[in-house]
Amino acid sequence: MPSNAIDNATLLSIYKRAALIKANDERARKVILSGQIAMVYYSYRGQEIIPSVMGEILRDDDTLCTIYRGIHDMIGKGFPLRELWAELAGRRTGSCKGKGGPMHLTYPPRGIMVTTGIVGSSAPIANGLAWAARLDQSDRVSICTFGDGASNIGAIHEAMNLASVWKLPTIFVCQNNLFAEHTTFEKMTAGGNIAGRAAGYAMPGVRVNGNDPAEMYLAFSEAVARARAGEGPTLLECMTFRFFGHTFGDDDSYMPKEQKSAAMAADPVPALRARLIADRIATEDELASFEAEIEAQIDDAVAFALESPWPEPDDLRFDVFEKEIAA
Amino acid sequence: MSATATAPVAKKPTVTILAALAKAYQDIFSEDPKAITLGEDLADPEGGGIAKITKGLSTKFGDERVRSTPISEQAIMGAAIGASLAGYRPIAEIMLMNFTTVAMDMIVNHAAKLRFMSGGQTSVPIVIRTMTGLGFGSGGQHCDYLEAWFAHTPGIKVCAASTPEDAYGLLRAAYEDPDPVILIENLPTYFAPMSFELPDAGHRVPLGKAAIQREGTDVTVVTYARMAVNARAAADALAGEGISVEVVDLRTIAPWDRETVLASARKTGRVLVAHEAVKQHGVGAEIAAVINEELFGQLKKPVKRVGGAFSAVPYSKPLENAYAPDADVLASAIRDLLR
Ligand SMILES: Cc1ncc(C[n+]2csc(CCOP(=O)(O)OP(=O)(O)O)c2C)c(N)n1
Repeated sequence: MPSNAIDNATLLSIYKRAALIKANDERARKVILSGQIAMVYYSYRGQEIIPSVMGEILRDDDTLCTIYRGIHDMIGKGFPLRELWAELAGRRTGSCKGKGGPMHLTYPPRGIMVTTGIVGSSAPIANGLAWAARLDQSDRVSICTFGDGASNIGAIHEAMNLASVWKLPTIFVCQNNLFAEHTTFEKMTAGGNIAGRAAGYAMPGVRVNGNDPAEMYLAFSEAVARARAGEGPTLLECMTFRFFGHTFGDDDSYMPKEQKSAAMAADPVPALRARLIADRIATEDELASFEAEIEAQIDDAVAFALESPWPEPDDLRFDVFEKEIAA
Repeated sequence: MSATATAPVAKKPTVTILAALAKAYQDIFSEDPKAITLGEDLADPEGGGIAKITKGLSTKFGDERVRSTPISEQAIMGAAIGASLAGYRPIAEIMLMNFTTVAMDMIVNHAAKLRFMSGGQTSVPIVIRTMTGLGFGSGGQHCDYLEAWFAHTPGIKVCAASTPEDAYGLLRAAYEDPDPVILIENLPTYFAPMSFELPDAGHRVPLGKAAIQREGTDVTVVTYARMAVNARAAADALAGEGISVEVVDLRTIAPWDRETVLASARKTGRVLVAHEAVKQHGVGAEIAAVINEELFGQLKKPVKRVGGAFSAVPYSKPLENAYAPDADVLASAIRDLLR
């Protein structure tokens, strides 16, 4: 893939998103270790380029259905940090008033419609959002993200078939990080790749290096263009790697050490940073000051979260239905 | 109130639950451009649905709004949920209630919970229509009543009608409700003429409101769906024996009308709860428990429950007949309460 496939400004912007996403993960792990916030946390560290590219291309009105390991997708789509962190902290000021938590983050103003903790369940719902886009005669697109493990659950297959026969503007973004919990991709996924399964549903299936901004950008733009033009769904299999265990705190002994260290050595975010400097797209000073800004934003969001009030027990009666339920 | 209650002898009813549901669809689609529907075989090229409730709909309103689907219940429910998140009002048909079991994740984990988990930022105003019920000899996987599964799930409402008026009014009200509603339809009583006129377009049955279909003073029968039809027959038969039975059709099973049920229980002091679903761990247990909590000491007899047997629905006719209470079984349960 030619590295000049995307222009410099776009590349820089992708880096900025990736840097924020990476910094947010680093902070999350730090905050958990410090004991300030107790949460179940699925680190996405290593997968930052995929959502940074998606965020670059998508509009606010394009919708996203993501999964428990999805904070990277959501920051890429513009989830505001204060509402994000307050939700992680379980506070009333969180986007979901503390009722959803890290696995159910939602933020409709940026099209972040569903975060599911059920493997594969992002896809069937994304089709409905795609159907609605078409009913609205809008060219907005509907994204669902899921992992390689999810490619083996029925919901994904029902959804791909429906999207294809209905020609929906759904884009199936599989982030193949080579592990499903503790199980390797090769061991439990027949056929050696996921993109190839698209052929069975008569839709384009493309495997890309999800850690390569240009490759990811081209493939994702093409899928979006197809969907916007009413030409139907695409399955993208974005190859990547998850640096840490399935959930934060697991010992990841099931991940071969060499594989992990090789992946970390090829960390896509610093690699992109180095390239921006080498190609004179940005200076060290510019990037450093941007990164300091990010840290300040995250400082602010974490402080906001920790200072925010907890929900009241009575809140349980609200949002079950539109009308409050009896005590 | 059921039209059968006041049927003059000379005139025969002509209106079925099926016709009432079909009219509800027509009226909803004529009135609201946000109405969409999907399910297996429900567009006209596929015959307008297995019971033909949606016949003519896709021709009239277009195949973008009225869509036949692949046999993919998760995909059907997911598409309904997603479209509702974007402001549409989907009616999703899951042909038979047993097939909801393969879509439980979408219904229970998503449709019912997204409003709460999003802190009220999103909502899922969908109607799930599904058919079921004993009587066709279809055995263990085509006629279960699974309402308790859904009634046990916070965030979804559960309804069932036993008259054409209620079928119409509940579908309309469920459609307008801001939250997900599952409407359980009794297939074997679909085709029985029960009423004299189709309900008019303004008719609604408010969710959460029971109907007293027979007024009585000796025993209250709390019931719904097919068993309400049986209870009305039992009440009519027992009237000849001088037993006065009050039939309360819940219509909305969750959240159910505690006020009406408790008022009736207070009046008669004797309550029978009846449903076609398996008795054990059924909706009847919840109703009996609440009556007990609220009216302990005021009852003349412990609340009695009757329901389906603790087995899969059997195939063989004598077994099928024995599986769930008919009007005779209800009548003898009512007599027991008066002993
Ligand atoms: C239906 C279902 N089964 C099992 C689980 C438990 N679980 C959570 S994540 C996960 C692995 C999923 O792996 P993959 O799809 O590759 O996504 P990743 O976590 O690697 O991003 C499993 C088995 C679940 N959440 N949902």
